[in-house]
Amino acid sequence: MTIAAALETVLAALILAIAIWTIAARETFAAVAGFVVYGLLLALVWVRLEAVDVALTEAAIGGGLSGVLLLGAAARLRATETRAVMERPDKILRLGAAILSATVAAGLAAGVLLLTDPAPTLASAAATNAAATGLGNPVTNVLMAFRATDTLLEKVVLLLALVGVWSLASDRLWGGFPGPRHQADPLGALAFLARLLPPVGIVVGIYILWAGANHPGGAFQAGAILAAMWLLVMMAGLTDVPPVSSRRLRLVLIAGPGVFLVVGLGGLCFGTAFLAYPVASAKPLILGIEAAMTLTIAVTLGLLVAGAPERRDGQ
Amino acid sequence: MSAATVFGLCSAAAAGLGLYGLIVNPEPLRKIIAFNLLGSGIFIIFGVVARRGAAAALGADPVPQALVITGMVVAFSATALAVALVLRLFQGAGSTTLDADAPASAGTDPTDA
Amino acid sequence: MKFMLDIVTVTAISAGAFFFLAGTVGLLRFPDTLTRLHALTKADNLGLGLVVLGLLPQAGSLRGGFKLICVWLLVLLAGATVSQLIARAALANEANGQRGRPRTRARQDGSPT
Repeated sequence: MTIAAALETVLAALILAIAIWTIAARETFAAVAGFVVYGLLLALVWVRLEAVDVALTEAAIGGGLSGVLLLGAAARLRATETRAVMERPDKILRLGAAILSATVAAGLAAGVLLLTDPAPTLASAAATNAAATGLGNPVTNVLMAFRATDTLLEKVVLLLALVGVWSLASDRLWGGFPGPRHQADPLGALAFLARLLPPVGIVVGIYILWAGANHPGGAFQAGAILAAMWLLVMMAGLTDVPPVSSRRLRLVLIAGPGVFLVVGLGGLCFGTAFLAYPVASAKPLILGIEAAMTLTIAVTLGLLVAGAPERRDGQ
Repeated sequence: MSAATVFGLCSAAAAGLGLYGLIVNPEPLRKIIAFNLLGSGIFIIFGVVARRGAAAALGADPVPQALVITGMVVAFSATALAVALVLRLFQGAGSTTLDADAPASAGTDPTDA
Repeated sequence: MKFMLDIVTVTAISAGAFFFLAGTVGLLRFPDTLTRLHALTKADNLGLGLVVLGLLPQAGSLRGGFKLICVWLLVLLAGATVSQLIARAALANEANGQRGRPRTRARQDGSPT
């Protein structure tokens, strides 16, 4: 067994242990901490599976933003934990759930072990068609050119989720400020970090967007990093969340899918099909769409974490 | 047994654990965490399929990778919507119990519509 | 020359791994929050710093080495800030009388136990 294989076995065992801890922990706070560690270890697994773009996304969104979201919710729901202990299901239900879960896990494991050999793949098709866009990163090619409709629809799904979150406000608070007002000591450690880190984070985010054309990276990862910087600044109290009724905010939110849709319709009118890029200008078009997408994704992810409107005025 | 298969088996177990946690844990927030565990395990299985499709000088098949990136962002937005629902339930009903027979206690939002 | 660089890499990374081990043992064995934070910072600063130092000869280019050092500096910044915040929260909790720090009780003659 080579060293790499031994390390991968250790990593797999560690992931299982963290998953068991996340399910079995008594306090929700401990479970959320376990979930964040699980997300970061999964990013390592993605790197070992030669999928570095997915590793970046998992670390940023699965580990980072999900952790912030769940930690904030766990802190606000701390009062409900004593009530929940009384509702634990009895042994029969747990045994039944364990049998069902074991069956599902066995079925998935059998599916993994019985995968056909040689494996069917679209990698050669993706490689031969890469000249159509001139980009060096095959995943970006697939996301922005070969399966561009999926990406466009996914942007719309993000917006729908945000509208769903906003619609949970009570009637009198509609259009107000999401989430509680965060106050932090303006001379304290958090405010210091929120002044020092966002410039670095913004540069890193824009770099990942730019480098996503030829190296691992892309719009989603960059958007997640920019959203994290925005959330840091908001949580340190240096700036407040914009109100949900702000027109500029809504324009930024529709900029990403809007640009995507306009380019797609342009392909329909002036080209061969919806979202067909002319080969000569494919790369600038894709980069323009990605830039707009990054801005929208950053703002959408930040607002999804901020939550439903809870304040009428900015107090 | 290659690295991809080891990770595939591990994530199948993680998906099973997530399903168990989803059914057994009474708190909605723990259910959301378990659901995310289940989803991440399924994504790794996608990654195993992608890794086995390595060809044409690429380390892994890029199409499942793109699908997984899309799936992760959608799963996060679903999680955010679910967390917002749980918080709203807590505001409106005073507790996050999903038990239909539980007595309703006063919520913290007096002008709740 | 390459052999010397590999020796430096292995030595530095082993030393870094030792500091990570020490930090983990401290996290598990120390009695309260503040001492555990003290152990964690050793793992963060020294452990990661030695690992980065060991990886520098393998970086292959000046830009790669610069990126590694930036990673270490960012982890230092984040770790220092989070340690400060956790420590202040732990002190505030202790002032409120909650669990987190063992109080030193005074004996009858006034000397601490």
